[in-house]
Amino acid sequence: MNDTGLQPSLPKRGADAPQRVISSRHPLVALIGNPNTGKSTLFNALTGLRQKIANYPGVTVEWHQGTAIIDERPVRILDLPGTYTLTANSPDEAVAVDALLGRITDLGRPDAVVVVVDGSNLKRNLFLVTQLLEIELPVVVALNMSDRLGAAGIELDPEALSDALGAPVVPIAAARNQGLDPLKSAIGSAVDADPPTPPPIIPEIRDSARSLVKELDWREPGAVFLVTRAIVDVGGDAERRLLDRFGQPAQAGLARARQALESTEPPAAVEARQRYQWIGEQISHCQNVRPMPPTWSERLDRVIGHPLAGTLLFVGVMAMVFQAVFAWAGPLMDWIDGLSGMAASAVTGALPEGAIASLIADGVIAGVGSVVIFLPQILILFLFIILLEDSGYMARAAFMMDRLMRWCGLSGQSFIPMLSSFACAVPGIMGTRVIPNHRDRIATILAAPFMTCSARLPVYALLIAAFIPRTQVLGVLNLQGLVLLGLYLLGIAGGITTAMLLKRTALRGPTPTFVMEMPPYRLPNMRSVLLRLWERARLFLVRAGTVIFAVAVVIWSLTYFPRSDDLAAQFEAEQAQLAAGGDAQEAERRELENRYSAAHLEQSWLGRFGKTVEPLFAPLGWDWRVSAAVIASFPAREVVIAALGTIYAVGADTSEDDPGLITRLRNSRHDDGSRVFTLPMALGLMVFYAFCLQCAATVATIWRETNSWRWPLFAWSYMTTLGYLGAMLCFQVGSG
Amino acid sequence: MSDRTLAELKPGERATVSGYANHGPLAQRMMQLGVLPGEHIENLRCAPGGDPLEFKVMGYALSLRKSEAALVRIDAAG
Repeated sequence: MNDTGLQPSLPKRGADAPQRVISSRHPLVALIGNPNTGKSTLFNALTGLRQKIANYPGVTVEWHQGTAIIDERPVRILDLPGTYTLTANSPDEAVAVDALLGRITDLGRPDAVVVVVDGSNLKRNLFLVTQLLEIELPVVVALNMSDRLGAAGIELDPEALSDALGAPVVPIAAARNQGLDPLKSAIGSAVDADPPTPPPIIPEIRDSARSLVKELDWREPGAVFLVTRAIVDVGGDAERRLLDRFGQPAQAGLARARQALESTEPPAAVEARQRYQWIGEQISHCQNVRPMPPTWSERLDRVIGHPLAGTLLFVGVMAMVFQAVFAWAGPLMDWIDGLSGMAASAVTGALPEGAIASLIADGVIAGVGSVVIFLPQILILFLFIILLEDSGYMARAAFMMDRLMRWCGLSGQSFIPMLSSFACAVPGIMGTRVIPNHRDRIATILAAPFMTCSARLPVYALLIAAFIPRTQVLGVLNLQGLVLLGLYLLGIAGGITTAMLLKRTALRGPTPTFVMEMPPYRLPNMRSVLLRLWERARLFLVRAGTVIFAVAVVIWSLTYFPRSDDLAAQFEAEQAQLAAGGDAQEAERRELENRYSAAHLEQSWLGRFGKTVEPLFAPLGWDWRVSAAVIASFPAREVVIAALGTIYAVGADTSEDDPGLITRLRNSRHDDGSRVFTLPMALGLMVFYAFCLQCAATVATIWRETNSWRWPLFAWSYMTTLGYLGAMLCFQVGSG
Repeated sequence: MSDRTLAELKPGERATVSGYANHGPLAQRMMQLGVLPGEHIENLRCAPGGDPLEFKVMGYALSLRKSEAALVRIDAAG
């Protein structure tokens, strides 16, 4: 057997052992544990790359399923969300309980449970373990970080703990691949073993639960556990389900059971006290803790948690992350851009001119390019987010920023996703998974796209260079710089206002708590970091990528069709004329091609559409050209520059500092001869781009992260409306 | 029982948890996480601005907002 579990072991029996097909007949083992116990590291060590992600239907909780080879046979491993209890008072915990009870239909009931326990924090970790001993499934306790107990002054006797719990306890160090073989054999034996005898905790409640189950004649595995939870967690998930299923008799039974407790405290308080009391007694027999000087993690916290030093360090870390994103992602993005340009020219050169060549070059390649171009930013930003999370710093950042974020109606965990969105909203939105409260998470997702991302910069740069004079203000400030700063502030204000409004209306609810563990600092495990990075990149490419690609192809067809024969004939005639004239200049040929492209675009579906909707955008001061360019930039804001380039006949390969494009924009006129790009109109256009959600990647990511079309549709309509109104206000007030 | 609450504990100070102001879901959650009557608790630090607070209880670090800590009654001596 190999120790890492990364390579699938080869079938030994040759021809009669066909390739293994992982099916529902293979044993299913649920992996559970408190957050920050190294559960995911163990999952990765057991399953390697043999894993997939699934979404629990209806909620945004994901689980990972993988396969481990144990005793030569595949075992399905289910990585459940980290949880402190089985109370089911959050979606994560409810999913964990559902999976353990076999209520997730396509999975079935697990054959065994592996609970990961942090040996250096045994008491609190055993709370969950004692609850698991009651679910009528074989339990294996994986005592993680066992390599660090000595340094923490903890002597722990695993056998004594195993005797106390009535379940096997295997010391492991998942990050170092230690103890995996003994753990695997323990899992192998557990899947065929009998469930343990539950410890004598809350005996009155469990007795009442047993008699109520009998009374209701409920013959399902885990029934006693579920009724126990229903008695303990007043108004909780288990109670609701029990009442839904059995109605009045269950209600009467619950009331009787709670009354029998004869306690002034609620049952949950009784449970907590009794569990910790029992745990304390057991631990005293198998654990010996010597007082030790503060750990390096605690000493580090004195600096990182210091109000002044910690704040400075925080600003420094964030500045470094941003510097890295812009310094590393920029060149990579240019490189991808260049590569897709080269590929497009290669196709145009190799294929005969026509719809196919244009579809491949301007539709498919440009579409793929517009997906892949996001990858450098997403990967770099996500690498940092994962490192911050796995090192334990993310919890400190949330701690430090909680007060500030609460002012906007959010909590500390929203800070990093919002900050990430200044580079790109996509990793910011994907990063909202650290936010435990659903309403806060949605509010953050909807506020994040307002932050000025890097794709807005070229649009701002073009419009500022063309229409904002380079005058000095107050001697030292540059008006162009001030406008850019204003646009950043506008984005921040938009995001904060949106979050505040949502938290007061659609997402109103009790303030989420900040009862949160501050995990010890740890060196991130590189294998886990890279696996998660790979998983994020894959999710983006597969789920968001397909949407972005489809939108890019649709926009291409709008600009390409219909083809006008008259226009083509006219172009060929002029081209022939130019050629016949002898020494035709390259510049003249380009000029002719650009003019033809512009004429073609004018009669394309997009151009016609632009003209149709021109009245709609007239209050903003836009003519059909601007309207068409804005519509063409639906998949990605920065596309508006190439679209304007085509429309104004300077060619699609223009850039934001192209003097040709700037001149054409300045000279562009309405039918009545007045200038299109006046200062109020240009400012309005910038405000439009500050607010609108012209980004298929963001829309697709919101869809994927909220698991519904409702939120992305709302976000798009809301932001576009806001952009429209902002642009109209600028134009109308400015034009007075 | 004293009327001091956990929110009044200064950084560096220790106390013993003596009870809760009410038995709502938040109190139950904190009890499940080990903030139990009889347990020792220490204020490790507060965030810039004085809120939230970080405590050491049952051997690990737990952060609570001031409003949440105010639910927990404490006895002066740790």
